[in-house]
Amino acid sequence: MKKLKVDHVSKSFQNENGEDVKALSDVTLEVEEGEFICILGPSGCGKTTLLRIIAGLEKPTGGDVLVDGEPVDGPTPRLGMIFQDYSLYPWRRVLDNIAFGLEIAGVEKATRAATARKYLELVGLKDFADAFPYELSGGMRQRVAVARALAIEPAVVLMDEPFGALDAQTRNAMQRELLDIWEKTKKTVLFVTHSVDEAVFLADRIVVLTTRPGRIREVVDVNEPRPRDRTCDGCAALRRYVLGLIDEGRPDR
Amino acid sequence: MRENVQEFRRFQGMARGFRWAIMPLFFLIAWEVAAVVINNQFILPRLESVAMVLATPFSPILGSGSLVENAIDSLQRVIVGFTVGALLAVPIGVAMGRWRIVEELVDPLVQIFRPIPPLAWVPLALAWFKIGLASMVFIIAIGSFFPVLLNTLDGVRSVKRTWIEAAMTLGATERQILSRVVLPGALPTIWTGMRVGFGIAWMCVVAAEMMPGTNSGLGYLILYAYNFSQVQVIIAGMIVIGVIGLGIDTALRRFEERWFRWRELER
Ligand SMILES: Nc1ncnc2c1ncn2[C@@H]1O[C@H](COP(=O)(O)OP(=O)(O)OP(=O)(O)O)[C@@H](O)[C@H]1O
Ligand SMILES: [Mg+2]
Repeated sequence: MKKLKVDHVSKSFQNENGEDVKALSDVTLEVEEGEFICILGPSGCGKTTLLRIIAGLEKPTGGDVLVDGEPVDGPTPRLGMIFQDYSLYPWRRVLDNIAFGLEIAGVEKATRAATARKYLELVGLKDFADAFPYELSGGMRQRVAVARALAIEPAVVLMDEPFGALDAQTRNAMQRELLDIWEKTKKTVLFVTHSVDEAVFLADRIVVLTTRPGRIREVVDVNEPRPRDRTCDGCAALRRYVLGLIDEGRPDR
Repeated sequence: MRENVQEFRRFQGMARGFRWAIMPLFFLIAWEVAAVVINNQFILPRLESVAMVLATPFSPILGSGSLVENAIDSLQRVIVGFTVGALLAVPIGVAMGRWRIVEELVDPLVQIFRPIPPLAWVPLALAWFKIGLASMVFIIAIGSFFPVLLNTLDGVRSVKRTWIEAAMTLGATERQILSRVVLPGALPTIWTGMRVGFGIAWMCVVAAEMMPGTNSGLGYLILYAYNFSQVQVIIAGMIVIGVIGLGIDTALRRFEERWFRWRELER
């Protein structure tokens, strides 16, 4: 069975004047367990909307989302979401932030502290257990958000442009770390980005969306062996190809 | 030479540390000078006679209890009244901030009652509860209710949507969202409301104690002293009222700085 199935999902919003604005149109996608999928598309094409629908935070106007064959009809801990703005709880220390989901699930205090520590180590922030989020840099906060989402062992991890706000160097480092974690945990990942470089470096498959209303333009397989070299010829060719897809998707072309 | 410069620098530093004291000191001197010039203790007593009253806080004043006894009475009333007001305001504010329908239903009432000053409730309080603790608690509760309510509402509204959504994706129930995300997220603003509310409650208690038939409290004491033309007692009582108000506000602010630092440092 497929891990995740997005089945003919579409979404319209009502604008101020009460008119329907189509954000997503007939998106269908099947994801295998353990796959790393990047969703790529220009700004405003509905990437966040798609992710929010999969997470159960938004109801689709049409279609279904299925996880392990079961329909998603609201937020569930089986789907971990990592938000673009980190959304850590500023009044909680790092370790308590990571343990939040376990606390919610009623896990006993000692156990959840131990689990949280494990994930803190996984994201390389062992020494910051007692820090508050405001004491951390953007990249470190993003790692805490990753650890918080992973700590409850979701079946699928959804990430919305998690590294969008980071500088190029930190971004590259975070990408490598994320792959590291992904290989260790074998999670299914859906990763939204508008960077072609990022998608080519990370993904097993790249889902390219068109401009609004977003629909799937093409799903590109990335067969480059891991660990990948950003500068290799295969990667460059893929980048060129994917960029072409995005440009063609523009209405002014 | 160099030593002199250093000495001077040190003196400068010290002087800067005491800068806050300049105006109060000036004020006291002006008072004393004015008192000497006016030379009428029924209008403006001299510093020393006020200081004398303050120096003996435990001795009964004109047979109506000491400064300390009256201050304790006032404090008890304000604490009871404020607690009642805040205990009502926080849950109502959270419900209004969290559920649209509650806000729509309750807001018109808030708009209607909020402009009525707490002291305008005095006659009604007397009619309903007669003279005594109940009517004072009623007035103080009303005084503290609105600032706490409005700040709670503000605080709940300022809770980021993604904080709540993150909790939802982590499996939180509505109850857990309220207790672990909404309340802690709104708490700094609620606390600010409590500080404002307590300040108003403290003003209300002093005024409420001037209601006919009251026979203790700082408000009572200064009005009673007026009947005996004891202006130095009036001023001493006012100083105690001010110092207690300042002390409580400072304590609440210290707490705020210590526990809610994240609000300022959050980027
Ligand atoms: N709650 C909403 N109400 C009305 N319109 C919305 C709402 N949410 C999104 N939209 C619209 O849907 C479209 C897709 O938005 P979405 O946030 O999914 O884009 P995105 O691909 O994530 O863009 P970006 O890369 O800039 O984050 C946009 O045109 C947006 O205006
Ligand atoms: Mg987006």
